[in-house]
Amino acid sequence: MEISFIKRSGLVAGLVAAAVVVAACSSGGATTAPSTGGESAAPTSAGESAAPTEGGQLGGTVTVIGTWGGSEQESFLAMVAPFEAATGIDVQYTGTRDITLVLSTGVASGILPDVAGLPNPGSMVEWANAGALRPLDDVLDVATYTAETAPALVELGTVDGKITGVFIKAAVKGLIWYNPAVYTGGEPATWDALQATAAAPAGNLWCIGLESGAASGWPGTDWIEDFVLRQSGPDVYDAWVAGTQKWTSPEIKAAFEAFGGAIANSYGGSDAVLTTNFGDGGNQLFADPPGCLFHHQASFITDFFKNQGGAQEGQYEFFRMPDINSAYAGATTGAGDLFGMFNDTPQARALMAYLVTADAQKIWVERGGALSANKNVSEYPDDIAKRSAELLANAGVFRFDASDLMPVAMNESFWKAMLDYVKTPGDLDSILSNLDTVQTSAYGG
Amino acid sequence: MDDRLITALIVVIGVPSVLFGYIALTERLLMLAPDHWRVRLRPWVWLAPAVGFLTVFLVYPTIYTLYLSFLDKFSKEFVGIDNYVYFLTTSDTLIALRNNVIWLVLLTFLAVGGGLLVAILVDRVRYESVAKSLIFVPLAISFVGAGVIWKFMFDFRPPGQAQTGTLNGILGAVGVDPVPWLINAPGNTVALIIVAVWIWTGFCMVILSGALKGISTELLEAARVDGANELQVFRGITLPLLLPTIAVVATTMVITSLKAFDVVYVMTNGAFDTEVVANRLYKELFAFGQPGRASAVAIVLLLMIIPVMAINIRRFREQEAIR
Repeated sequence: MEISFIKRSGLVAGLVAAAVVVAACSSGGATTAPSTGGESAAPTSAGESAAPTEGGQLGGTVTVIGTWGGSEQESFLAMVAPFEAATGIDVQYTGTRDITLVLSTGVASGILPDVAGLPNPGSMVEWANAGALRPLDDVLDVATYTAETAPALVELGTVDGKITGVFIKAAVKGLIWYNPAVYTGGEPATWDALQATAAAPAGNLWCIGLESGAASGWPGTDWIEDFVLRQSGPDVYDAWVAGTQKWTSPEIKAAFEAFGGAIANSYGGSDAVLTTNFGDGGNQLFADPPGCLFHHQASFITDFFKNQGGAQEGQYEFFRMPDINSAYAGATTGAGDLFGMFNDTPQARALMAYLVTADAQKIWVERGGALSANKNVSEYPDDIAKRSAELLANAGVFRFDASDLMPVAMNESFWKAMLDYVKTPGDLDSILSNLDTVQTSAYGG
Repeated sequence: MDDRLITALIVVIGVPSVLFGYIALTERLLMLAPDHWRVRLRPWVWLAPAVGFLTVFLVYPTIYTLYLSFLDKFSKEFVGIDNYVYFLTTSDTLIALRNNVIWLVLLTFLAVGGGLLVAILVDRVRYESVAKSLIFVPLAISFVGAGVIWKFMFDFRPPGQAQTGTLNGILGAVGVDPVPWLINAPGNTVALIIVAVWIWTGFCMVILSGALKGISTELLEAARVDGANELQVFRGITLPLLLPTIAVVATTMVITSLKAFDVVYVMTNGAFDTEVVANRLYKELFAFGQPGRASAVAIVLLLMIIPVMAINIRRFREQEAIR
C-alpha cells in the first residue's frame, strides 16, 4: 500500500516538477536575461579596451540607445559609420520609443547602455544627480566644444558646472509655414498684423493638428511656449519652467487665450484640430482650394510636407513667428537631441568626443531633417534648412522647449490640458487651476 | 562565451534537478518519520514549493504594494492615507473610476449577452462552425492591434473632406455629417467599449456554446413533448442549466473590464474623459514617477476585484459540495 502510493506520487511529482520548472523559466527568464545582457555589455567593452588592437585601433563595442527609427536611425548610423571605420569600435544601436521607461528603470537597476539619447534636459539633471550620468569635462575638449556650440545649448547640457549632455542635432521651433503660391503678403511685423491677415482665398487663417497618439496635445504646448516667450519674456518663461510661475497667473492665461484666438480661426474647428495628426497638420496649405494660409510648426515639418502632404520643394516657405512685445524682439524657441554617457569606457569616451565634432554632425545635416548644434557646420541641403540654422545661431533670446524641461507629470498634464482647452475653451480657468495642482506635486522634492 | 547560455543551462538542467532532489530528499526524510506523522506531513511537504512560489511572487508583492501605497513618491516617508485621498479627490482619477463602472456594466452585458445570443442562434444552423470562427477571430488579434484597427474605423476628417474612417464613410454615403467618435464624451467611452466587446464576444460565445452542447437533448425533447414552446424551453430549461457557465464568463468579463488598459492606451490615452483606472496606474508609476500613488491605485483596483472573486469562490465551493 505504502509502496504503490509512492509510485503513484512519483508520477505526480514529475508533473508538479514540470509545472514548477515552466513557472521558474518564465519568471526567471524575465529577470535574469536582461541583467546578464547588461552585465555582459559593460565588462566586455571594459575588458577588451585594455588591449588596443593592431594598427592602433581601439576596437571593442559601445552600446547606444536612442529614440530614432526609420530614416532617422539610418542617419544616425551613417553619422557613426566613419567613426567605426577609423577606430574599429562597433557601435551597437538600439532604437526604442519608450526611452524614458528604459532609462529610468535602468538608472534604478544599474543596467544601462554605455551611451544614450536622453529624452529631455530634465531627466538629464535627475540622472546626473543620481550619479548615473558621467560628467564629460575630461571626455571632450571643453574649450573647443564651448567655442563651437551655441551658448544656450552648452548651458542646457551643464549640470552643477559640469558638461553632462551634448546636443547632436537641434531644431528651431515657432516657425510659421505658408504656401508662397497662396500667401504673398510677406513677413508680418507683429503678431496682431498676422492675426489680422485676410484668410481669403483660404477658408481660414490657421491649420492646426494636435493628434499624436499617446502624446496628443504637444503641438499645442509649442504654441503656448512661443506666446509666453514673446508676450512675457524669458524671465517669466524660466520661472514657468522652474515651476515658480503659476499657471493661473495672467501671463500664462494670456498665452492660452492668444492660442484660443488662432483656434477660433482654424480649418475645421476644434474637431479637426483634435483629430488631425500633427504630421498631416499642414496638408491643407497645399489643398485646392486651400483650407488655410498658415501652419505653426518646428523646422522638422518639411519632411512631412513632402512625404505626407504631397508638397513639392518650393511650395512651402516660412517666416519666424512675429514678435509680440517689442521688449523681447528676436526671441526664439527650439529643441534638440541630447546625448549622455552612462558607462565610462574608452569606447564610450571616443564616441562622445566624436559626436560633437562638425565632421560628425554635418553627416546628418546633409541627409536632411536636422540642424547642427555645431556652429561650424554649414552643409545644409537647401535654403530653408540654412535659414532655420541661421535663426538658431542668431536668436536674440533662445529658450529650450519648456514642456520638455518640465517634470514628466507636468509635461503630460500640459499636453492633456491643450486637448481639454481646445475641446472646451470656456473651462480655461478650471484647466489652469488643475495644472497648478499638478505643479505643486510634480516639482516637489 | 555568453552568460546567457550559462543562465539557460542553469534553468533547463539546474531547476528540474533541484526539484527532483527536493522530492527525493523529503521522501527519504519522511520515511524516517513515524507512520501517522508521515501521513500528516506529506501534503505540506508537497505543497511547500508551490506555496513558496505563491508567497514570493504573489503574496509578498501584494503586501509590499500595500506598504508602498502609504509612502511618498520616493518610497521613504510615511504619508498616511494621502495617496488614497489624492485618488478620491482628483477629477482625473474620479473620471477613471466612473469609466470603469461604465466599462464593467456595458462590457459584461454586451459581451456575455452577445455571446449567448450568437451561441443559441448558431446552435442549429448548418454553417455553425464558420459563423463561430468569424466571431471568434478578433480574440486572436492583439489588443493593441485591435485598437489601431478601430482607430481607423473611427477616423474623422472635417466635413467636406473624403472620409477615410469606415463609420464616417458610411455616414457620408447616406448624407450625414461625420462624427468625431473618439472626442465627444461620454460617447467616446462607449466607442472604446465596443472595441472590447468586438474582441471578447467570441470568447463568451465559445464557452457558452460548449455549455449549451452539454445540455442533454432528452431534457429538451421531454419539455417539447409536454407542449412547451421554444421560449418556454429556453427560460425553463436552457437558461437555468447555463447559469453556472454564464456566471463564470460574466466574472471573467467583470475582471477584464476592471483591468481595461490596452485599448484605452492605444486609442485615446485617457484624453477627453476616457481615462480608466489601469491606465492611470501606468501613468502614475512610469510617467509621473509616483510609486506611492500608483500603489494606491493598484490597491483600489484589487479591492474592486476582491468581491467578484469572493462570489466566484463561493459559487465554486457550492458546486463542489453538490458534486
